[in-house]
Amino acid sequence: MSFDVPDAFRYLESHEWTTTDDPARIGITDFAQDELGDVVFVELPAVGDEIEAGSAFGVVESIKAVSDLYAPISGEVTAVNEDLFDQPELVNDDPFGDGWMLEVEPSDDAFDDLLSAEAYREQIT
Amino acid sequence: MARRHPPLAEVHAAAGASVTEFGGWAMPVEFDSIRTEHAAVRESVGIFDVSHMSEIEVDGPEATELMDRLTTNDVEALAPGEAQYACITRDDGVILDDTVIYRLPDRDGEAAYLFVPNAGHDAQFTDWWREHREEWGLDAAVDNVTDEWAMFAVQGPDSPARIAAVTDDSVTDLGRFEHTTSTVAGCECRIARTGYTGEDGFEILCPAADAEPVWSAFDCQPCGLGARDTLRIEAGFLLSGQDFDPDTVPRTPYEAGVGFTVDLDSAFVGRDALADQRSTGVDRRLVGVTMRDRGVPREGYELVDDTGEPVGRLTSGTMSPTLNEGIGLGYVAIDHADPGTPVGIVVRGTEKRAVITALPFRSTSS
Repeated sequence: MSFDVPDAFRYLESHEWTTTDDPARIGITDFAQDELGDVVFVELPAVGDEIEAGSAFGVVESIKAVSDLYAPISGEVTAVNEDLFDQPELVNDDPFGDGWMLEVEPSDDAFDDLLSAEAYREQIT
Repeated sequence: MARRHPPLAEVHAAAGASVTEFGGWAMPVEFDSIRTEHAAVRESVGIFDVSHMSEIEVDGPEATELMDRLTTNDVEALAPGEAQYACITRDDGVILDDTVIYRLPDRDGEAAYLFVPNAGHDAQFTDWWREHREEWGLDAAVDNVTDEWAMFAVQGPDSPARIAAVTDDSVTDLGRFEHTTSTVAGCECRIARTGYTGEDGFEILCPAADAEPVWSAFDCQPCGLGARDTLRIEAGFLLSGQDFDPDTVPRTPYEAGVGFTVDLDSAFVGRDALADQRSTGVDRRLVGVTMRDRGVPREGYELVDDTGEPVGRLTSGTMSPTLNEGIGLGYVAIDHADPGTPVGIVVRGTEKRAVITALPFRSTSS
């Protein structure tokens, strides 16, 4: 099985992705959603909350598993994908698109320590 | 201990199944998605490999007495071709396991039984049966035949049609908890109208060597232990080792909501303790719980009353694929056990609103 890994995104070993935009979008990878199976619930911070790179910022639950979400970058949350509260399956259907979770205002050099698409692809194959 | 594998481990791997360890067995947990598999069983038909279940045969002149004294139900009531759900209890009435007992055709004029305890319990109960046979001086043979059999469950409203399409006998005439032998793909199988999904369905025991042609003959949605779990929770069925367990969740049949398996007129291990509990009543009992707030109930979550005081704990939980709400099974103090009673479920330190719900969460189609 092969998984989508968009070239322009950056990744955490724990399978979260971030864009390098300002604000940056954050979600979980295609590989992660496949491992979890049917996503049925997400718990996310609120707009205005601060998240910290490497720390848990929320929880994703599938039918069979509960999994912490780790922040790829630090910063203030500027938007939350509220569609996921009623349609958590968007995480399965479109993990890099409609299944996004947060938008965060990144600090300077926020993306330096993250995995490139190539490095992440290597990790999951 | 080395992991045990069902006869079709390689067939399932080739079908893309992911595998989990359960009761010492490496079993398929998911073939496509739990939602897809669950829906197939609720709406049409699906097949499960449940070869991890234990099989023990008991026969001989005093087989009936041995079975009757080690299980809670009235084994003497069984005729050949009938089956019965029962608990295996210890002296204090605590459930060691639940099981289905099949009375087989008589052998040399003597009764013969096959009983099916849960995964990984075969050695334990073979010993338990033999120890009691010695203690009571009974004439009966006890054989652990788990590795000789594969077991499949074909479940769902379309399961009778599926069975009728692959068997050469009218197996669909079987009533609930009746069983017979029939040929599938040229292989002789024992087929019972039993299941663990809350749907109409059949369970098929076939010789391990014949597992592949029998499995393939049914040609329907393969389902893993993931969907088996969501289906049985919706149906309000207990999972051994999770909703009761002699070490971690010691419960009696009355507490666990399976008092209907207890025949106090039958003399079995645990009978006196259960007779006492029957007269004094239980302090806590198994209930269904439905989330009112968003969230997913899980095993181990605490239940609290409206003042935040602990009143019980969940032993199973999931997001119900059929109802699209969080549902769980657990034990609560008896004064909070009535359907409609509001309770809180503590999810990661936060109290969520929930309500005690009558079981099953979803009624059967049959």
